[in-house]
Parts: sequence; structure tokens; C-alpha cells
Amino acid sequence: MTTKAIVGEKVGMTQVWDDQHRAIPVTVLRVRPVRVVQVKTPEKEGYSALQVTFGFRRRSSLTKPLEGHYAAAGVEPGRRLVELRLDDASAYSVGQELSAEIWSPGERVDAIAISKGKGFSGAMKRHHFKGQGGAHGNHKHHRAPGSIGACATPARVFKGTRMAGRLGARRVTALNLQIVSADPERELVLVKGAVPGPRGAMVVLRDSVKGRAATNGSAP
Amino acid sequence: MHPTEIIDRDSLRDDVPEFRPGDTVKVHVRVVEGARERVQVFQGAVIRRQGSGVSETFTVRKVSFGVGVERTFPVHSPAIAKLEVVTQGDVRRAKLYYLRGRSGRSAKIKERRTARS
Repeated sequence: MTTKAIVGEKVGMTQVWDDQHRAIPVTVLRVRPVRVVQVKTPEKEGYSALQVTFGFRRRSSLTKPLEGHYAAAGVEPGRRLVELRLDDASAYSVGQELSAEIWSPGERVDAIAISKGKGFSGAMKRHHFKGQGGAHGNHKHHRAPGSIGACATPARVFKGTRMAGRLGARRVTALNLQIVSADPERELVLVKGAVPGPRGAMVVLRDSVKGRAATNGSAP
Repeated sequence: MHPTEIIDRDSLRDDVPEFRPGDTVKVHVRVVEGARERVQVFQGAVIRRQGSGVSETFTVRKVSFGVGVERTFPVHSPAIAKLEVVTQGDVRRAKLYYLRGRSGRSAKIKERRTARS
């Protein structure tokens, strides 16, 4: 399923024109070249994945174990280490560079990122409850969730009952997005539609695991 | 600078004339009919201009066969072949929605006489 993946940074959203003069909403991702630090294989680690890094970092800011890890791979230390799960990572080698050129317009991808944190949110925002009426004598319960269970039986609230609580700031995958353009020279990838996370968030792009097979070449 | 400006720059047009609400404009719109493309002219008064950057749009209102017609275009749309300012209007409002309820002489926009500074 996942044959290729890369990591980028969310720049923001804007729109571009397509060949039929329509406005396409796009998310701009800055995809810098990434360096493979470790290739994980089923024989050794039990699963296949690539460990990659991007950007650069002062050697003095590294911990000794990290420094050793980079030194063993012979790779320049980067901002952070990211693991990209793949079906088969054996085609890659340590020290290899990947860039935005792995994508072509029209391809379907999934975007994985940590969503914006919304803090402690009510049931309306968190679970899309309807809330209660604004009038007819309702007093101070307009956004309340309503009943959370019965009375003496069961005399408790069931586990998993949807209530107010922490919302956002969790790993979210946006499935089956389309690549609008990929520009390795400017290190930019445009993805149609929205991608989770705030501007500046780290986003993993992998080829779509669901949806239609990647349709290479067809203009978005 | 807006963070997405590096991308927006490619989408912006540099041949957009200066115009504002109240002006009468001729919008030459590219219309695709099957395989061929022709240009249609939509002439009317600009009653609104909103947004900024690539997503900025303006609305043109005209009265066609007694029916008011409004069309909204993105300022930087590649579908616009040409944009001509016919007359400059003298209005005190940014949004000329009051024109919708008027017809005839009261729907006329005064013309701006002096050159724009």
C-alpha cells in the first residue's frame, strides 16, 4: 500500500487556477530534501520503515546517543528524526536523499499531522451535539450536552459517553488528497484541499492507502 | 509577507487596471463552448470589491431586459481576457447594494469628473 512517503512543513493555504480557469483550494507544503538515517527491515526491527531527517542542526545541541546514531549512519544531523512506515523499505539505502520530485501532479496522497489543539471544548464543538434551544424558557443550558444516562439503573455513567474534554492536538490523517503540483526546485508541494495542523506543522505525505489507484499525469 | 506569497505570485495578474466600486467596467470573459473559446462582454457597474491577494473578487451589476444581473469575478481570474474601465463613478460607499432596490434615474451613478489622484 504505502510505497513512498516524505515529510514536509505546512506553509498555509491559498488558491491556484486550473486549466479551466477554476480556483483550486490548495495547501502549500514545503518539502525539503530528507536524508535516510536508518532503514528498518522486518528481519531486524520486525517491520519496514525509513528513519529520515531534514534540515540541519548544530552538532553541539545533540545528545551523545543521537550524535552516535547520526555518526553511525554517516548522515548530517537534522532538525528531528521522523519514521516513515513503508511496505518495503529494502529499495532505500542509508544516506539516500529524497525530495519533492517523488510526487507528480494528480497522484493521490494521505497527509498525516498533529491537528490544532482546541483545549477543553464543550460537547457541541467536540462531538457535534445539537445543544439546546435558545428560547422557550431555557436558562443557561444553551450549549449543554443534555442527558448523559438513566437514573437508578444503571446508577452510573457508561464509559465512553461523549462529553466535554480535550479536543484536537492529536494525530489526524487526511485521506485521498490530490497532488496539484510538486516543485523540487522550490521545495514546494501543493495538495488540493485542507491538511491537518497549524502553519509550520510537520506533515507526513504518503501515497494513498485507500481510494482510487494513483492516477499519474492527469491534470488536477 | 503572507506565507503563501511564493505560490500566489504565479497566480496574480499584473494587467489589472485601477478600478473601484461605482466605476462602470467592461469585463471580457472567456467562455468555453465545447472545443472552441470565445469572448463575451459583461458591462455594468462595480458594486462591490472584496478580499485581498489572489482571492480578491468584484461584482458587476447590470440590468438586462429589465432584469438585474450580477456577476462576481475573481480580480486575478485567467478567465478574464480583458478588463476595461468605461467610466469612473462618484460614490460615497464601498458597497453599492442600494442600487438593487432602485431603477431608472435613481439607479444612476454620478460620474467622477476630476482625474484620480
